Amino acid sequence: MLQRNTLLAAAAACVLAAAPAVAQQPVEIQFWHAMGGALNDWVDDLAKGFNDSQKTYKVVAVNKGNYTEVMTGAIAAFRAGKAPHIIQVFEVGTATMMAAKGAVKPVYEVMAEAGITWDPKAYLPAVVGYYTTTDGKMLSMPLNSSSPIFYYNKDAFKKAGLPDKAPATWPEVRAAAKKLQAAGVPCGISTAWPSWVLLENFSAWHNLPFGTLENGFAGLGTEFQINSPAHVTHLERIAEMQKAKEFDYGGRRGDSQVKFTNAECGMYLQSSAGLSSILKTAKFDVGFGMMPYWPDLTKGPNGGPQNSILGGATLWVLGGKSKPEVKGVAEFFAYLSKPDVQAASHQRTGYLPITLAAYELTKKQGFYEKNPGFEIANQQMTLNPPTANSKGIRFGNLVQIRDIFEEEMEAVFAGKKTAKAALDTSVQRGNALLRQFERDNK
Amino acid sequence: MRERVTYRSKVLPYLLVAPQIAVTIVFFLWPASQALYQSVQRQDPFGLRTRFVGLDNFVAIFEDPGYLHSLQVTAVFSICVATLALGLALLLAVAADRAVRGATTYKTLLIWPYAVAPAVAGVLWMFLFNPTIGSVSYALRTLGYGWNHLLDGTEAMVLVVLAATWKQISYNFIFFLAGLQAIPKSLIEAAAIDGAGPNRRFWTIVLPLLSPTAFFLLVVNVVYAFFDTFGIIHSVTSGGPARATEILVYKVFYDAFEALDLGGSAAQSVILMVIVIGLTVVQFRYVERRVHY
Repeated sequence: MLQRNTLLAAAAACVLAAAPAVAQQPVEIQFWHAMGGALNDWVDDLAKGFNDSQKTYKVVAVNKGNYTEVMTGAIAAFRAGKAPHIIQVFEVGTATMMAAKGAVKPVYEVMAEAGITWDPKAYLPAVVGYYTTTDGKMLSMPLNSSSPIFYYNKDAFKKAGLPDKAPATWPEVRAAAKKLQAAGVPCGISTAWPSWVLLENFSAWHNLPFGTLENGFAGLGTEFQINSPAHVTHLERIAEMQKAKEFDYGGRRGDSQVKFTNAECGMYLQSSAGLSSILKTAKFDVGFGMMPYWPDLTKGPNGGPQNSILGGATLWVLGGKSKPEVKGVAEFFAYLSKPDVQAASHQRTGYLPITLAAYELTKKQGFYEKNPGFEIANQQMTLNPPTANSKGIRFGNLVQIRDIFEEEMEAVFAGKKTAKAALDTSVQRGNALLRQFERDNK
Repeated sequence: MRERVTYRSKVLPYLLVAPQIAVTIVFFLWPASQALYQSVQRQDPFGLRTRFVGLDNFVAIFEDPGYLHSLQVTAVFSICVATLALGLALLLAVAADRAVRGATTYKTLLIWPYAVAPAVAGVLWMFLFNPTIGSVSYALRTLGYGWNHLLDGTEAMVLVVLAATWKQISYNFIFFLAGLQAIPKSLIEAAAIDGAGPNRRFWTIVLPLLSPTAFFLLVVNVVYAFFDTFGIIHSVTSGGPARATEILVYKVFYDAFEALDLGGSAAQSVILMVIVIGLTVVQFRYVERRVHY
């Protein structure tokens, strides 16, 4: 009897001793992202900030390469039953993630399951709209969103006798390019992310449809409309500028950035997320402005531009996770949405502030007066209430389709194809991939 | 009649070939069968829905002008790389074989590039030729030639061929040099005494005796151009501009890992496998006949 009691007591002691140990062991949340260099430090700091703010959960942020590598890596891990909790997916992967019902857990469900009161209206509509279903349900949590803005070399502008302000329209850009060239600058303007800037954002900025069914938001049966006369004229004119190097193509993604920072081109169209690196590498004064528009092509209000659309990435939650893990993810998202966390991220990286509160806070802190470039993306996004043509785009197989659009544009800039022929082929080849996506996701 | 070596034990020979067979099964037969299996299916990236589609993936590939274009690109690329790498390596090997002073230094320097990983080699050439900051393109610009392989498909092709060749020359060089050194000096001296000049000696004696090496290298170089150059293409051009350098193996990678079209990519790798098997058979049946061992 005594023996049994001792045993019981010992067992009880063990349980008591073990209990705090169990409670101290935080729930681990795996977070795979694609942020390299300075942005990697930023994500690490976000995770650290969250981990220091509480003891129950621990977010482990891991860089898994570039955007496509993160996505394919996560998919492979999912198929092997070892999926991370959170993955960062770029905007073009949105349709693929949306179609993967069962593999992903929409953010609105995550928040509801965790019982966190949370208002989707606190986020910038232009940002959230891109990642929301047509009936208003938010699917993923915006982390880093940006929009292309206009950069110019102030020193070169001064040398060429140009006024110190960004040209508002493309004809003005062309005139400035000619003056820059006369002053010895080899090229006028270049662009990063050719399809995103010259096609996707061109369409939204001029309020022209990119595809049918509200740019793909309203269904999988969508088709591209980028061979409209306005699109063809736009590309024809850019191609004409390419001949005289008034515009000079510098490759896909951000490959062309050296052209601007090396002062080879006096003007540049690049994501607002390029702000910090451009300011760091350029050895001249950098000026900013909104993207130029064609006054004769725009269908925006009062013959001006409409609003720009975003790029960047959001956080998707993968399914099949336990309750405490889901709760941890929700807590992390709530932390990320705090105005002070958001505002700090925005000011550090040049990405858009995701919530209205963060935007107001940054304004109140007087940040924009000292750093004028950081507000432009936001001003562009919110210039006018988004229309069906300017709230974003949503197409399946978009990674491939963007490559097709860019290679067709390359053929135009190389003088091998006319703008009309290239855009017609783009539509035809793009539509074939849209039909394939429709068949695969019935 | 030749004497045959036989094993007393029935098990031992199988045991001895077992590791080789195991390697073949794990690294060739099993993945190849998986590719075959996937090539007749369509699957979403997450593997949630799978449909059997028969030969649909293959039909789609042959209807795709992009695939036929990629076939052409591969042919041009492989022929250029194999010819240049073999030709230049032979030239260098002959020169190094004749060098009197500093031969070891030449040989060492010529072998070095082989130690460079394809991706690193690619990045090296990419920086040299970067249209804005590359030193070679800068030199070309001062000579009045505006190099821009980001826009000009021919220039991009020249660049990847150069990079791929540069990397392969070392390998070919070692084999050619070894082959040259294995040729008995007496043969060459006898020919010299008979009045054959260096040129004649090379074409009638050296080259035929080198043919087994050359044939082996031809097979290896074609396989290299088809597969191993992936790292170079990936780091230098990513198949661009406008798919001008998209060789078959890069397209297989792109369609599977960027475009997430697993079925289509598997079907392409099956076709690629058939092409390479076919090429190797042709080489052994027709080219080998002209090889003297």
